Amino acid sequence: MQKPRLISDDGKRTDGRRPDELRQMKMEVGVLKNADGSALVEMGNTKVISAVFGPKEMHPKHLALPDRVAIRARYHMTPFSTDERKSPAPTRREVEISKILRETLESSVILEMFPRAEIDVFTEVIQADAGTRLASLIASSLALADAGIPIKDLIAGVAVGKADGVLVLDLNEQEDMWGEADMPVAMMPSMGQVVLLQLNGTMSSDEFRKGLEMATKGIEVIYNLEKETLKKKFAEYSEE
Amino acid sequence: MRKLSITPSTNHIVPLIKKEVILSMLERETRIDGRKPNEYRPISIELGYAKKADGSASVRIGDTAVLAGVKVEDREPFPDVPDQGNLIVSLELPPIAHESFEAGPPDENAIELSRVVDRSIRDPKALDLSKLVIVPNKKVWNVWVDIYVIDYGGNILDTSTVAAIAALYHTKLPRVEIEGDTIKILKETKEARLPMRFPVFSVSVGKIGRHLILDPSTEEEGLVDCKISFSYTPDLNIVGIQKMGNGGFTMAEIDAAEKVARSAVPNLFKEFKTKVLDSLGVEGIDVGKV
Repeated sequence: MQKPRLISDDGKRTDGRRPDELRQMKMEVGVLKNADGSALVEMGNTKVISAVFGPKEMHPKHLALPDRVAIRARYHMTPFSTDERKSPAPTRREVEISKILRETLESSVILEMFPRAEIDVFTEVIQADAGTRLASLIASSLALADAGIPIKDLIAGVAVGKADGVLVLDLNEQEDMWGEADMPVAMMPSMGQVVLLQLNGTMSSDEFRKGLEMATKGIEVIYNLEKETLKKKFAEYSEE
Repeated sequence: MRKLSITPSTNHIVPLIKKEVILSMLERETRIDGRKPNEYRPISIELGYAKKADGSASVRIGDTAVLAGVKVEDREPFPDVPDQGNLIVSLELPPIAHESFEAGPPDENAIELSRVVDRSIRDPKALDLSKLVIVPNKKVWNVWVDIYVIDYGGNILDTSTVAAIAALYHTKLPRVEIEGDTIKILKETKEARLPMRFPVFSVSVGKIGRHLILDPSTEEEGLVDCKISFSYTPDLNIVGIQKMGNGGFTMAEIDAAEKVARSAVPNLFKEFKTKVLDSLGVEGIDVGKV
């Protein structure tokens, strides 16, 4: 396959966005009946569902931590989430992302409140179209809040990349595949903490710093949308 | 392979008294092994440590020792990339390296580390896969890089990256004779080097409280809130980042960590140039240019 042009002459991207423009986002909490907390997140054509169970007794028991709650996280892609069918068995990529999501969520949950217990956070990717780890993180963070688990702050995240030499916010699939860099960033915005940061591809020192600034602005928008989503659910409750 | 990622219970436990010593020393800008916060440990590289491998390197950074071996194999290319060879990076944390390492298939830590090393080599095309074609659409080289951590003294990632790159530089491909439709691989006659374009260096920075420390040791890794690793080409472009651990960095800390990491590249490169590039007769690569 030939690399398409990622930035057109008028500076627009393949999906018509400006370089610093986010994709259309949709967030909804409480989408599953059985889970203690759940959320659906869509970023463009990427769609994920997260579920939270717990806090509950740790299983297996010998893995319980005496001073804090253990988080069990799974990031999983459904076989039909990609262009070619993906085997449902966990890939090395899914193992890595599960670990990264767990560590990131551990930074937001007040772990010491539930010693010896576990909290399960499961995410299924329904449609994969770039940015699935960040959509999963947003959905997981919303699901934790929806479950009423005490957190220090919500986590919001977005990727910054480089397409035909231009820094772009919130990559789409073509930019993910053909671009020169992909840098997912997630923060707890009110605490000013960067809790997830990765880069694959190449950036100069200058591009790296400009990229972080660009991500911070996108994260602010996503963070506000997360808060709106949660407020909306509880506003509906108070009207009932 | 475990299906879930679970908060581990056996993070290297550091005695409270040692923790207090480390923290109070950091307040005075020194570390328990006498280093300054932004000081890297000495590195040593030895090529050809495993003679049966097509290329190998033994690398030490402080007390951490890592062995990397490369094996090449002629294979049919994958149908979606018929004009490219393949790079496969694996990393093992065998029980000989530390009492906390368990025998068995690679756990999430080993998988994460191998993927970070893989990305640092693959994304900037440090190894030119398009030059690993024997006969287009028919035969290409598969390059297997197996990284073995044999002694754990902190900062496995940086040591593993150097070991992998050094072993790749050291690798020689078997001779190939093509007559009409037959492709003969002469395994006993090794001649051409792998198409390496430049080395890549990973530099890790840990955060303990408000202190940033370069190249953390085992004890320090037991205390860090989180770590961040940057990978660099010789011309100091960033070609990989991985933040690890469950703490967070402020933007100012990330900025500072990147500057500290960058400052360590020239020294790593110096050792790499003497022990690898010069000894193999590779010319034209220097810090500041590719």
